[in-house]
Amino acid sequence: MSERFRLTVNGASSEIAASAQTPLLYALRNDLSLKGTRFGCGSGQCGACFVLIDGNPAPACDTPLWAAAGKRITTVEGLSKGGELHPLQHAFLAEQAAQCGYCTSGILISAAALLARNPRPTESEVRAALDRNLCRCGSHNRMVRAVLRAASEIAL
Amino acid sequence: MNTVAESPLKRPGSLEKNPKLAQWLRVHRDGTVSIFSGKVEIGQGISTALAQIAAEELGVALERIRMVAANTAVSPDEGVTSGSLSIQDSGVALRRACAQARTLLLKSAAARLGVSVRDLQVADGTVRTAGRSTSFWECADDALFDCKVDETAALRSPRDYQVVGKPAPRRDLPDKIAGRPRFIQDITLPGMLYGRMVRPPYNFAGPVSLDDSKVKSMPGLAAIVRDGGFVGVLAEREDVAISAQRALRVTASWREVDALPRDVHAWLKEHAAEHRVISEKENADAKSRAGKVLEASYTKPYISHASIGPSCAIARIDDGKLMVWSHSQGIFNLRRDLALALGMREDAIIVRHAEGAGCYGHNGADDAALDAALLARAAGGRPVQVQWMRDDEFAWAPCGPAMALSLRAALDSHGDIVDWEHELWSNGHSSRPGRADNPALLAAWHLSRAYERPSAINMPLPAGAADRNAIPIYDFPNQRVVNHYVHEMPVRTSALRSLGAYANVFAIESFMDELAQAAGRDPIAFRQRHLKDPRGRAVMDAAARRAEWSHWKPAESRGHGIGFARYKNLGAYCAAVAEVEVGHDVRVNRLILAVDVGLVINPDGVINQIEGGAIQSTSWTLREQVRLGARGIASLGWEDYPILKFSEVPVVEVELLDRPELPAVGAGEAAQGPAAAAIANAVAHALGLRVRDLPLTHERIAAAISQST
Repeated sequence: MSERFRLTVNGASSEIAASAQTPLLYALRNDLSLKGTRFGCGSGQCGACFVLIDGNPAPACDTPLWAAAGKRITTVEGLSKGGELHPLQHAFLAEQAAQCGYCTSGILISAAALLARNPRPTESEVRAALDRNLCRCGSHNRMVRAVLRAASEIAL
Repeated sequence: MNTVAESPLKRPGSLEKNPKLAQWLRVHRDGTVSIFSGKVEIGQGISTALAQIAAEELGVALERIRMVAANTAVSPDEGVTSGSLSIQDSGVALRRACAQARTLLLKSAAARLGVSVRDLQVADGTVRTAGRSTSFWECADDALFDCKVDETAALRSPRDYQVVGKPAPRRDLPDKIAGRPRFIQDITLPGMLYGRMVRPPYNFAGPVSLDDSKVKSMPGLAAIVRDGGFVGVLAEREDVAISAQRALRVTASWREVDALPRDVHAWLKEHAAEHRVISEKENADAKSRAGKVLEASYTKPYISHASIGPSCAIARIDDGKLMVWSHSQGIFNLRRDLALALGMREDAIIVRHAEGAGCYGHNGADDAALDAALLARAAGGRPVQVQWMRDDEFAWAPCGPAMALSLRAALDSHGDIVDWEHELWSNGHSSRPGRADNPALLAAWHLSRAYERPSAINMPLPAGAADRNAIPIYDFPNQRVVNHYVHEMPVRTSALRSLGAYANVFAIESFMDELAQAAGRDPIAFRQRHLKDPRGRAVMDAAARRAEWSHWKPAESRGHGIGFARYKNLGAYCAAVAEVEVGHDVRVNRLILAVDVGLVINPDGVINQIEGGAIQSTSWTLREQVRLGARGIASLGWEDYPILKFSEVPVVEVELLDRPELPAVGAGEAAQGPAAAAIANAVAHALGLRVRDLPLTHERIAAAISQST
């Protein structure tokens, strides 16, 4: 049954026609062409599809449209402002903190949520905050360094 | 500029198969250069390293290089991007092609300016002489490169390198970090339909029954495609395709085939079909000194690729021509098997590479390409994108093979090894497409006109496959190494990062520690007594120094250990030192690796590959095993197949021993075996007893402790 849902994504409002159970992931990727949020497992266990919902990281693959409607949704595309990358993204580039890059969007989302609530995290706090995200290539340590670098640059 | 007439490399890389200069590059009037490589970006950073090589030999800025994504219509056929060979194959070819291109461009510039080449000054493609100038870009002319690559063209000396050997940022990362569309999963073509596959998570022989009555009426469903046991759905929306797949799957019953063995390692030993002695050395005098004899058996489970992004492909059939987008490691091989499976001519198929999620060997990429092509037949000319679901990937992508290994050695009264035996039992480590009479693509085995599944094979030594790194690098007076090949394949197996080297190095290096202990010697000193190779000794020394090996402070539940190998006995040298703490689980606190890859093209690229390889190997070694049910793979999600998490990842330090005078070799697989062995040895050091079956889980350690008491 197709219904209409109003989504607020990266500050912009749009209407999606789909069934209520449609995972937010497909509305983002295919209706709104926001491809940075990626499918990994379909059950919220890997973090590749994380977006911020009212500021909290949540799996878009496991969030139905009815639950996402009316909430503030931020995707990786929404981390940059006016074409300028988020300090986390600058730090990821500076640290070359990726190999394949498929998990990167979801990790940036978890890291952005962390820095919003804890601007000067310790290394172990960063690791704990990223534990819901899986990385298979082994870029973990570079990503942790990048988050710490971003935190110190934001503080300057 | 100093030049050398001949590089120390003997093989001309991929030039043998692709000898024409125009196959490798094109210079454009806009000041850029297109580089055609048949090697593909799989998250390892190869496109950046190859661009560095091209920029270096052409003598132009790195920014001018455009790497063209591999495509069977335009790219050189360089086989498969695997085996840490891209620098040797493609890098060597590009180096020569670009060196010759530069010479030809300079000749053309000299003719244009009416002077001789030695009167020219060149900088970044701009060519000057006495107040006049031209450029490579003005001289660009496709006819110029219509010749064979001259394998003796003068190459730039590594001493003069400006771009090679310096860290270069990865060219693909800005898109990936900004979240811009970059992956095959992100491609949307006009009119594209979404496809999903309907398969049970176990070996089967076609559906016995399928009730599609409810699914047929789903709004947005475009087609249910059936051909024998091949079942897929097509829909206008991706979420509808997924709903249809799920709904169909619950109604389907499948004809089951053979049950899986309960104890796969015992089964391997019973089912070996070929027994090949791959190395034998005899010295009766040394053998007569044999005193203490040690024996030990080791095992490695099936391991999953477990890439974060499941396999994906796009296909479009238009006017009898098939276009496929794939993250395959070997687009030409894939094209061959697609032609076989679809009954098409190869020249009616174009396969274009598109980047996928991390690739660590032969995963589901090629299979997804055939899935997409079969669904595209029912799409009326519209493009079809198929992505596997997580359980498809765990159930159907080939696994890294399970292996059993038995080692035996004798020490003389000085504590030196005088006799060595190594036997291994394994399925083949490659069932890649493009090599057998039958297509090595999953769907082909389930069509109404079904092909038989080819068995995984082993590539010949010296690189080897199941027996990769089975021949010890150490100097033993007597040795015998036997590869027991198991043809029958209960679980589909193929190439996973480092193939047999992971298990062989784990076993050899574990056993070296057991022997060192029996001989009462320090593990590193013991290895070095048996190793002449100076490059091997040097990486061990470097790792030991950095880890302060000889200043280890013993503490309860803590241990350190070493692991060492030269990948394939031909490639990169790597020594790893692990520091661990054993509580409920094993925690690796620190991994120190020293690596010699010869000439380093991109230092940060090599470090990134070694770090990643070491962390992945840590995950394999501590956590990973494919769980088998009665009929198929039972670990179908991350809860059943845990991998290392951020809070469990060790500190990793990498030291590169740069050897600019020696040929560059790949780094991608060098750390897998040494890191595993270092961890196993550190665990044995911490516990005072040895766990010989991977992975080193809490259960395994508890069992080893209870057996010893």
